[in-house]
Amino acid sequence: MPAAARVKLDELRKLYPTERALLLPALHLAQKHWGGWLPEEAILAVAAELGLPPAEVYGVVTFYDLYHEKPVGRHRIRVCTNVPCMLRGSAELMTALGEALGVEENEVTPDDRCSYTHFECLGACEQAPMMMVDDTYHGDLDAEKVKAIVAGLE
Amino acid sequence: MATTSPIKIGVVGEAVLLRNVGKPEALTVDGYRQRGGYKALEKALAMDPAAITETVKASGLRGRGGAGFPTGMKWSFVPKDPGKQKYLVVNADESEPGTFKDRVLMEHDPHQLIEGSAMCCRAVGASVCYIYIRGEYVEAGDILERAIADAYAKGVLGKDVLGSGFQLDMVVHRGAGAYICGEETGLLESLEGKRGQPRVKPPFPAVVGAFGMPTVINNVETLCCVPHILERGPEWFKAIGTDERNTGPKLYAVSGHVEKPGTYEVPIGITFHELLDLCGGVWKGRALKAFIPGGASAPVLLEKDRHIKLDFDTLAKAGTMLGSAAVMVMDETASMLQVAKRSAKFFNHESCGQCTPCREGTNWLEVLLTHASHGEATVQEVDLVPIVAKQIGGNSLCALGDAAAMGVGPILEKFRDEIVAEMKEAAARGPVHGPAAHGVAGRPTLPVLHGV
Repeated sequence: MPAAARVKLDELRKLYPTERALLLPALHLAQKHWGGWLPEEAILAVAAELGLPPAEVYGVVTFYDLYHEKPVGRHRIRVCTNVPCMLRGSAELMTALGEALGVEENEVTPDDRCSYTHFECLGACEQAPMMMVDDTYHGDLDAEKVKAIVAGLE
Repeated sequence: MATTSPIKIGVVGEAVLLRNVGKPEALTVDGYRQRGGYKALEKALAMDPAAITETVKASGLRGRGGAGFPTGMKWSFVPKDPGKQKYLVVNADESEPGTFKDRVLMEHDPHQLIEGSAMCCRAVGASVCYIYIRGEYVEAGDILERAIADAYAKGVLGKDVLGSGFQLDMVVHRGAGAYICGEETGLLESLEGKRGQPRVKPPFPAVVGAFGMPTVINNVETLCCVPHILERGPEWFKAIGTDERNTGPKLYAVSGHVEKPGTYEVPIGITFHELLDLCGGVWKGRALKAFIPGGASAPVLLEKDRHIKLDFDTLAKAGTMLGSAAVMVMDETASMLQVAKRSAKFFNHESCGQCTPCREGTNWLEVLLTHASHGEATVQEVDLVPIVAKQIGGNSLCALGDAAAMGVGPILEKFRDEIVAEMKEAAARGPVHGPAAHGVAGRPTLPVLHGV
């Protein structure tokens, strides 16, 4: 594990009665360090850090939508397509992303800049249709706004 | 703020829960105090802990997360054994489709949640509080972490809470994207670093909860009500609402086909018609077709139900539920087949896979409805959907199976003819190609019967 992640985990250790409880925080830290996804190396590092069998760690990774087992773009775009966003046009956002990026859903652009995926309700239905770019919520979108946002990503 | 949209709220009468929304000074301990905060916690710390629980009981407060369980009663189930470690786990895993009110509370008024949580901890004797927040709420989690750090620095948290000798630690624990972790025992499993698969109950979390210890699990909005109840008295809280079983101010998260979607704070028991008015009515001047009163898990209601009171008991009597008070509105143009299909897809994706009726049943719901939307199902297959739904309901460990059954089945029952007609139109257009054709990869599918 990277040193900064170790420091953070040591802080958290005081607040939890078991080492295993640090697994989700450790995976978040590892994913950040390894470029937004969890290669085998990252899973092994987390397992070693917490004294867990790698299979247990892998089982947790596959359960949760925010942990990625495959490479992702430098910018990760998640489009909410659940009912409230669907009612207000989320399909249009997915189409716009396909056109703007020239790749299919869950593929990474050749320059590694972006990947996009549809997502379950992101809890911002008052802004529907909306999407999340990395950690930021973008709401009240249409195809044009989506293309402008994508164009602004480095 | 890491959100690019403006704040969208509405209030009828006095803003209680939303009073600090749009007041950035409330993000710090000092600013929150200047706006009247932390007085209730001071008052609670001077009270006998049991009296805090009694006050909450007397207010009639019921859980705002979905189940509507009486909050004070939940707290009273925690054993009184002073030697035992106890926990409060705040359920901030708001994932029910249509629900966003807790995000608003956390982004704009983190100290209201910290204060209410501290009061609960004092009442039940918990010395550690974990705020389990869904991983997608990065910004809300950051705001809470900053507020907690400030609260430690100002003596609101830590070894000696406001000089009372009471010790309390609080930490934000981030989830990683799983609806099932909003189910309280799935949440506990996740908190403990495991897959979020719900536990068998009993034992209930109040006795055997986080790390095997007695644990209270409360929703964000529920805890945000507590400081106001302690400060203004249970009678004040009780005077708001429909009757003594449905009390207090309530946040309704309104989405879908309305002019002004947003978080609305109104007395619990407002009618749907009144709420729709507050939202500027159905968008684009269109007519109302249907609405879902309590998130994707709640059975759908029709235009003719528009004068129904949106409270726990009235909605339960009507065969639906208040749930998380996520009100989704559908106009006359909405495709109920698409709504049903999207909900089924959601529940199939989110089923944890533990119980066969839910794991397999939600898959069949999605497969059948996907075929129907491509015009590739038979009428008998459409009629199979509510039957499958009924066989999921009541046959799984946790409420996700019930949610799928209630969220999808009634749409097919109430809009059967419309859905069959839409399927036939799709069949007449011919087979689906391209992105819209994606089925359920790698899963069993029904034999496709053409020429219905």
